[in-house]
Amino acid sequence: MLAMPEPDPTVLARRESIVAALRARAGAAHVIAEPLRLKPYETDGFTAYKRIPLAVVLPETTAQVAACLRYCHEQGIRVVPRAAGTSLSGGALPLEDAVVIGVARMNRILEVSLEDRLARVEAGVTNIGITRAVEGEGFFYAPDPSSQLACMIAGNVAMNSGGAHCLKYGVTANNLLGVTMVTIEGDVIELGGGHLDTPGYDWLGLITGSEGQLGIVTEVTVRILRAAEGARAMLVGFGATDVAGAAVADIIASGIIPVALEFMDRPCIHACEAFAHAGYPLDAEALLIVEVEGSEAEQDALLDRLKAICARHNPTTVRVARNAEESAAIWKGRKGAFGAVGRISPDYLCMDGTIPPGSLPEAMRRIGTLSANYGLQVANVFHAGDGNLHPLILFDANDPESFRRAEMLGADILRLCVELGGCLTGEHGVGIEKRDLMTAQFNATDLAQQKRVKRAFDPRWLLNPHKVFPLDTAGTA
Amino acid sequence: MSAETIAPADEAGIAAAIGAAHAAGTPLAVWGNATKAAFGRPVQAAGAVSVRNLTGITLYSPAELVIAARAGTPVAEIEAALAAKGQHLIAEPPDLSALMGPGEGPPTLGGAVACNLSGPRRIALGAMRDHVLGVRAVNGTGEVITSGGRVLKNVTGLDLAKLLTGARGTLAVLTEVTLKVLPAPERTATVMLRGLDPARAVAALSAGLGSPYGVTGAAHLPAAAAARVGLPAAATLLRIEEFADFIPYRTGRLAETFAAHGGSEVLDHEASLALWRAVRDAAPLGAAPEDAVWRVSVRPSAGAEVAEALARGFEAKLFLDWGGGLIWVAGPATEAAHQAVTAAARAAGGTFWLMRADAGFRAAVGHLPEEPPPLAALTRRVKAAFDPKGILNPGRIFAGL
Repeated sequence: MLAMPEPDPTVLARRESIVAALRARAGAAHVIAEPLRLKPYETDGFTAYKRIPLAVVLPETTAQVAACLRYCHEQGIRVVPRAAGTSLSGGALPLEDAVVIGVARMNRILEVSLEDRLARVEAGVTNIGITRAVEGEGFFYAPDPSSQLACMIAGNVAMNSGGAHCLKYGVTANNLLGVTMVTIEGDVIELGGGHLDTPGYDWLGLITGSEGQLGIVTEVTVRILRAAEGARAMLVGFGATDVAGAAVADIIASGIIPVALEFMDRPCIHACEAFAHAGYPLDAEALLIVEVEGSEAEQDALLDRLKAICARHNPTTVRVARNAEESAAIWKGRKGAFGAVGRISPDYLCMDGTIPPGSLPEAMRRIGTLSANYGLQVANVFHAGDGNLHPLILFDANDPESFRRAEMLGADILRLCVELGGCLTGEHGVGIEKRDLMTAQFNATDLAQQKRVKRAFDPRWLLNPHKVFPLDTAGTA
Repeated sequence: MSAETIAPADEAGIAAAIGAAHAAGTPLAVWGNATKAAFGRPVQAAGAVSVRNLTGITLYSPAELVIAARAGTPVAEIEAALAAKGQHLIAEPPDLSALMGPGEGPPTLGGAVACNLSGPRRIALGAMRDHVLGVRAVNGTGEVITSGGRVLKNVTGLDLAKLLTGARGTLAVLTEVTLKVLPAPERTATVMLRGLDPARAVAALSAGLGSPYGVTGAAHLPAAAAARVGLPAAATLLRIEEFADFIPYRTGRLAETFAAHGGSEVLDHEASLALWRAVRDAAPLGAAPEDAVWRVSVRPSAGAEVAEALARGFEAKLFLDWGGGLIWVAGPATEAAHQAVTAAARAAGGTFWLMRADAGFRAAVGHLPEEPPPLAALTRRVKAAFDPKGILNPGRIFAGL
């Protein structure tokens, strides 16, 4: 189990006056302090850890956020920013002595400009909400994390969220034009906007993926894109994972950048098929879903080329969608993958490392060995084009020993990703989950440099203080 | 460039040089081959450190779309290595040597990344900073730091690699950079509309960029700029880069879109490559040797209005890239011209850089907009977090920083 900092008793003792001060600044209706109403905020998508916060504030304006942050900074009160709470790494996990400031009530679309291909929205708008606001005109917002129905754009900025289509369209950082951010000192700063280049330092680049360490984002301007004329998928089964890995390398080397290139291993194929009945080949050791975009004729041409490439690798199954319905059928299993695994195991941990795609066969082999050593089953889903690996570790949360082993296996898998030249997290963030593994990727000098930058924004180390950096040093000068 | 330049052979040498300068409190100018020394405020430093001897590609994995090279590697060498495998740099960094002067050698990867300069493809596929996956660098105390890595998706810790990209050597000296690359297109073609005024041109560019046909370049050359690249009238240009068999369909559909704009024609592969290279390197600007050069970045839809305001304000030479969102401007290096540029950028809610002028003028006027106080405070604190004694490229971006 991961350690949490001890709550500050002097802050806990001032609870009533703190709540009153927050009510004065954000409006009484926007502050939650009753124990029963605080309960839903005790955790996020990483449900193994829970802490009831001191209070929750759900402001409706940037000015209210600024007033609350200024007060917390003056009073030395810790702050945990929150959007939809879908983080799988504990990014929104509260502390008993912390005030949660959530953006969920700031959920208006402020502007859509098709001319400039941008949308400006409040930070609590959901990811899918942006696409829904523009899809009638044929546009979309590209990053599509699998939580996109629920997750909010503020959380996407905090975690630099990706999804299944990053290989072609990039992650949040590549689709962000501007933000309004409130610093812990209560200053409101405008970064970027409708224009493309920023004159001074690349604040947007630094803030994206900073996991609530640097400020609270209240408004976001994103790039919206015109959707392609159409898209179609194909499904290919292979007799071995290294053969599938070689096919992935051949596809990329051919000059085709598919809009999605997804890999599933045998345990995952079986779980998905049992759940979704998508017609996945149960005899395959590995399965690729490849999606291309363009006109009908272009789709045909690309799919023909991909079929020819895959044919060189002795596929056990090749199924090319002839229309949107058949594409949807191919995607049905993959999209339900997490739910499918949830049906075969009482609980699972969803890991999120990245590896160089070329090391896929070695990663699969060594994850298999680790899985056997720990006696826990692992199902693998993989954004194969960009190397983002999602091993799902199956365990039983009612058995503390099973959970302990699952956490240790997860840590070993992430260390393996680093050893292979990859990183601890591709899109879920470090949060608390991977906090203590940061020393596997960064040396003391690198971490000290990051912490000096954090301190430049948050001199008293109050913003999401127990995340990202190993706890033994976090918060110390 | 009168400064005494030390050019160590490796990263350890760079670290030692900066460590010594830090200990002595001696400011250093930072560059590779100094091809962009005229970009930004003049640096006040007695010495300089160059990464020009840190050369060579350290990793290239075409099937993983990733290349890494030491910071002093010429951009041209990287482009050649990529071309040999049918790939290219996504952001199309410009070669500004015709504009900025030749420097002391070819433009380097470190300089292209440190200045975050991107070409026409930026409107569709992002800037240099979007494709920087990882860096190694030496901070202002002489410590070697790393950030990011060699994989395409990475949210592990603060993204210092993006912060250092575009920081122009004021936070740390880049020693090695890892970039995402993409397959180069099989063919390029350009749909050209003739004789449009800036407002109609930007509307056409916007229609093209908002189409599903994958426009990767969208520029407008007013008549004078068009003439400099051999075109007889104002030219509005939309580029398609695709597999050869996809080009006729896509240019055809775009042409149908523009039937209402007075018709269009299609430039083939060779003509397109030459034209977009010229746009990338700002050749249509026609800046005279004594001219100042600015870049103005605004919402694309505001581009025409900015162009018209500038033309009213002074004898501005200009053209538009990025669908109208980037306006290259040249004109006399006078307060009045500078005021006209800054006022137009501000009125459009955008920003500007003074790209080139003599050193006295660059020191006298802000080469980019002043930051509001809370942001300026963050800039100072972040600078101090990397370079506590302020020895790296002092004054390069802001006076006193």
